[in-house]
Amino acid sequence: MTMSITRDEVAHLARLARLALGEDELDHLAAQLDVIISAVARVQEVTAEDIPPTSHALPLTNVFRPDEVRPCLTPEQALSGAPAAEEQRFRVPRILEDPS
Amino acid sequence: MTTNATAGTSGLMPYEAAMATYEPVLGMETHIELGTATKMFCGCPTGFGAPPNSQVCPVCLGLPGSLPVTNRAAIEGIMKIGLALNCTIVEWCRFARKNYFYPDMPKNFQISQYDEPLCVDGYLDVAVDGTTYRIEIERVHMEEDTGKSLHVGGSGRIHGADYSLVDYNRAGIPLVEIVTKPIVGTRDNGPQVARAYVTELRELVRALDVSDVRMEEGSLRCDVNVSLMPLGSAEWGTRTETKNVNSLRSVERAVRHEIQRQAAVLAAGGKIVQETRHFHEETGATTSGRSKEEAQDYRYFPEPDLVPLAPERDWVERLRATLPELPAARRARVRAEWGLSDKELQDVVNAGALDLIEQTVAAGAEPAAARKWWMNELSRRATEQGVELVALPITPAAVARIQEMVAAGELNDKLARQVFEGVLAGEGTPDAVVAARGLKIVSDAGELEAIVDQVIAGNPDAAAKVRGGKVAAAGALVGAVMKATRGQADAARARQLILDKLSG
Amino acid sequence: MSRERDPDLVRRTAAELAELMAAGEASAVEVAEAHLDRIATVDGAVKAFLHVDRELVLEQARRIDARRAAGERLGPLAGVPIAHKDVFTTADMPTTCGSKILEGWRPPYDATVTARLRAAGLVILGKTNMDEFAMGSSTENSAFGPSRNPWDQSRVPGGSSGGSSAAVAAYEAPLSTGTDTGGSIRQPAAVTGIVGTKPTYGGSSRYGVVAFASSLDTPGPLARTVLDAALLHEAFSGHDPCDSTSIDAPVPPVVEAARRADVAGLRVGVVKELSGEGYQPGVLNRYREAVDVLESLGAKIAEVSCPHFAYALPAYYLIAPSECSSNLARFDAMRYGLRVGDDGNRSAADVMSLTRAEGFGPEVKRRIMLGTYALSSGYYDAYYGKAQQVRTLINRDFDAAFEQVDVLVSPTTPTTAFPIGERVDDPMAMYLADLCTIPSDLAGNAAISVPCGLADEDGLPVGLQIMAPVLADDRLYRVGAAVEAALHDRWGGPLLKEAPEL
Repeated sequence: MTMSITRDEVAHLARLARLALGEDELDHLAAQLDVIISAVARVQEVTAEDIPPTSHALPLTNVFRPDEVRPCLTPEQALSGAPAAEEQRFRVPRILEDPS
Repeated sequence: MTTNATAGTSGLMPYEAAMATYEPVLGMETHIELGTATKMFCGCPTGFGAPPNSQVCPVCLGLPGSLPVTNRAAIEGIMKIGLALNCTIVEWCRFARKNYFYPDMPKNFQISQYDEPLCVDGYLDVAVDGTTYRIEIERVHMEEDTGKSLHVGGSGRIHGADYSLVDYNRAGIPLVEIVTKPIVGTRDNGPQVARAYVTELRELVRALDVSDVRMEEGSLRCDVNVSLMPLGSAEWGTRTETKNVNSLRSVERAVRHEIQRQAAVLAAGGKIVQETRHFHEETGATTSGRSKEEAQDYRYFPEPDLVPLAPERDWVERLRATLPELPAARRARVRAEWGLSDKELQDVVNAGALDLIEQTVAAGAEPAAARKWWMNELSRRATEQGVELVALPITPAAVARIQEMVAAGELNDKLARQVFEGVLAGEGTPDAVVAARGLKIVSDAGELEAIVDQVIAGNPDAAAKVRGGKVAAAGALVGAVMKATRGQADAARARQLILDKLSG
Repeated sequence: MSRERDPDLVRRTAAELAELMAAGEASAVEVAEAHLDRIATVDGAVKAFLHVDRELVLEQARRIDARRAAGERLGPLAGVPIAHKDVFTTADMPTTCGSKILEGWRPPYDATVTARLRAAGLVILGKTNMDEFAMGSSTENSAFGPSRNPWDQSRVPGGSSGGSSAAVAAYEAPLSTGTDTGGSIRQPAAVTGIVGTKPTYGGSSRYGVVAFASSLDTPGPLARTVLDAALLHEAFSGHDPCDSTSIDAPVPPVVEAARRADVAGLRVGVVKELSGEGYQPGVLNRYREAVDVLESLGAKIAEVSCPHFAYALPAYYLIAPSECSSNLARFDAMRYGLRVGDDGNRSAADVMSLTRAEGFGPEVKRRIMLGTYALSSGYYDAYYGKAQQVRTLINRDFDAAFEQVDVLVSPTTPTTAFPIGERVDDPMAMYLADLCTIPSDLAGNAAISVPCGLADEDGLPVGLQIMAPVLADDRLYRVGAAVEAALHDRWGGPLLKEAPEL
């Protein structure tokens, strides 16, 4: 039986999802994901081209708010959970790559 | 041995040589921050320059549990832009999540639009050297801005920094992204067309009054895509994307640089790498950023926290009816009404004087006179002070009043310049300056005649020459009259009076 | 003035407590103290709560008493204690979602549901345990250890709202809040012998509910009686301008329906696909008896086929993980929560990856990975796209069914409470617990679980699921209350009377 997902793919997904998984964890997950993906692939059995997708539970549209200012958090509140802060800003480790 | 043509700015082909071999294909992606009172999905204010993290709430900080709610004014803003760009406003579309991790993005996804943009298929005409280029617009979509990082240590740039400090005040400000279709056929004019496009877009958005479109504050940001293909080829080359080109001049320079750089690489038998590049203001060069080798996988999917947008047709038509006269139409009208050449009009636009002149005309001045004051006297003073014309402390109404006094013969140009000086120095209205400085022209016929008589009597030699038919000698007498009145005489009238008296 | 405290205060329903307090026969402080004492006595075994601040509880209760003393007109649940699922943000208590990555996090704001509980005068006892980020059916995925089923402490109380179900079943609180994404209110209610409702999606606000799967998450009530559930449902539901997916319509008349409790002439559809093979015989026996009870009360029973329900589970396990992979991206060690490995040298990306690897438990990682896969380029159409089409087919099944009948019924869950540890590393077995509840989550309609007896094999509670169309939540309470009354008559009291003393 062919695997529905390879270990390399699992490692790639872990990078995409920012999860530093160990080798054992990757092995274990690859096996489990393989089983789960095979099971969920059943969705492909019943669907046809002409069935529209449903992305939202209910067919609401056009929900807006007026362009009116509401109270903000104070900077202290905003930073209250920060692992590190400096100069009223969130201090984060150095950023190596550029934004997309 | 092959040379590495990508290295350094030395690897540039002269522009003319590049143009003799290759044809550029351009693409522009422009981000415009809308000037709404509040952010895209929350009620935080959007003012520029507030203390860090003082304009944030659970929503724009991406706190667990928070949810976005769309700002109606932002949707109206983007639809106005779409309509002004001759786009179709779609009947139904959704927001999508663009997933990628970055510290300045609070949720690690950006709410954007993917395959269902709100506005599609428009165009914007721009003129370069008398040729009109139709820039086709692929899409105009709505998204949210990110926070801002301050890099600490190293050179203060992102690379080599020790750590970064993030301020989320900007996070969530409504951003409109305008994407062109590939721009072909510009040939040598590519760099100028790119610049003209951004200039025209800026004028357009400013006219719509939905953004202050200040490139220096980042409310208008530009990414420039460039690829080259051999002349006569139909197959496009690999493109690069140069990010955050943040002035009009830089747009032109970045395109030119990429054309020259890519031409050099291709001519040396190299390949263009599909990548993001950075433009450097100081050198005018671009350098390689992140290569797209490990292709980004943004895992777009419909944003489940927001319901679809389905703008009713009467809403769209109501917005269309509110659109102001757009810059191109306005320029055509003004050029006809004021009798300007293309070049003259372009100068006025470039000087940022169009609004000012139009308002001055509306306040009663003749177009030629209004243009003369703004383009000469006032432009000179603005340049001296290093400010924009519009920032000078004088209103179009004041300019119109000064011109009114000139037209009535109460001031001559020289006196008028002194009135401008007084108004700009904060001495009050034109009338107040005239009164305080005693600048009224000497127009009382008797008073002027007496002075002329004195001057003739005091300059017998010159008077004799004029009597003898040397009319040019009257100049000296006019000068003497002006000196005697400290410039406050109407020189033409004085001259006429002198000639009348000495020919009799 | 001193008064003997009624030792049975904790056994009272919310409606009864409210009446006692309104009549001045008990104070909110007395009621709160009784429940705090109960928590102190039994929670060491049940482990329903992650956080209880006794002084904070009493302060809330004192405020209610003072307002009542001042003659203020208070809501129908004023002074009634409630256990609050740790997925709702609370400005005065930590909010952890059962995750190490949020341990100790104190949100700077209240969820809409939290704010409405406060406005209704409910006294929040504390925050209840849950599967990490609401992913699970047992609370075993909580970073802080599992809660226990009061019926059998070696078994799970269901999940993800398992702390909330255990707290109510163990008389630690008369009411609790939950959230239902794939069955996380109904399944724990069923396996602990209490009532749990998943309102119509958008009927209750998600603002301040830490998101698992945005298009599915629905806050709802848990209680020991149908009327209590209705009272709580009414107290915190209704339109919220802070939630774009919230329905701008009045809350259906759920309390009135619970009081009416009448099913004569109502058409009840038995879902053919939600029984049979794979279901525990004792569960099916109690379920069929409940259907007979409905028939005896005058309801018209018909069998209804929903052919695509068989595909609900696979569709759900694509949609929910996809949304969660994106929703949980924000837990990145930058702005709040755990940060691991920031040694001054590592990059932000490395610190994010290390923190997430350490801060998330195995099930959360599994679902993030699965969702990342389902959304990634090249797989989107085959997985996420197809799952969304299945969602359409399930909607159509419901639409067709509700043209024939007024409500649908099924067992709430295929089995009774399973032993702790049994399914921990067998995700597919765990996922089956949600087999019957998932269709209503995908379609967004309303559903309830009410106790319908004890399974023959193990003597553990079985739940009857009742499903109603979108915004017809009142029908759940009409039917649920009718079944409850008839079964109480038959049993001589509520099912929970049969539960062992703790």
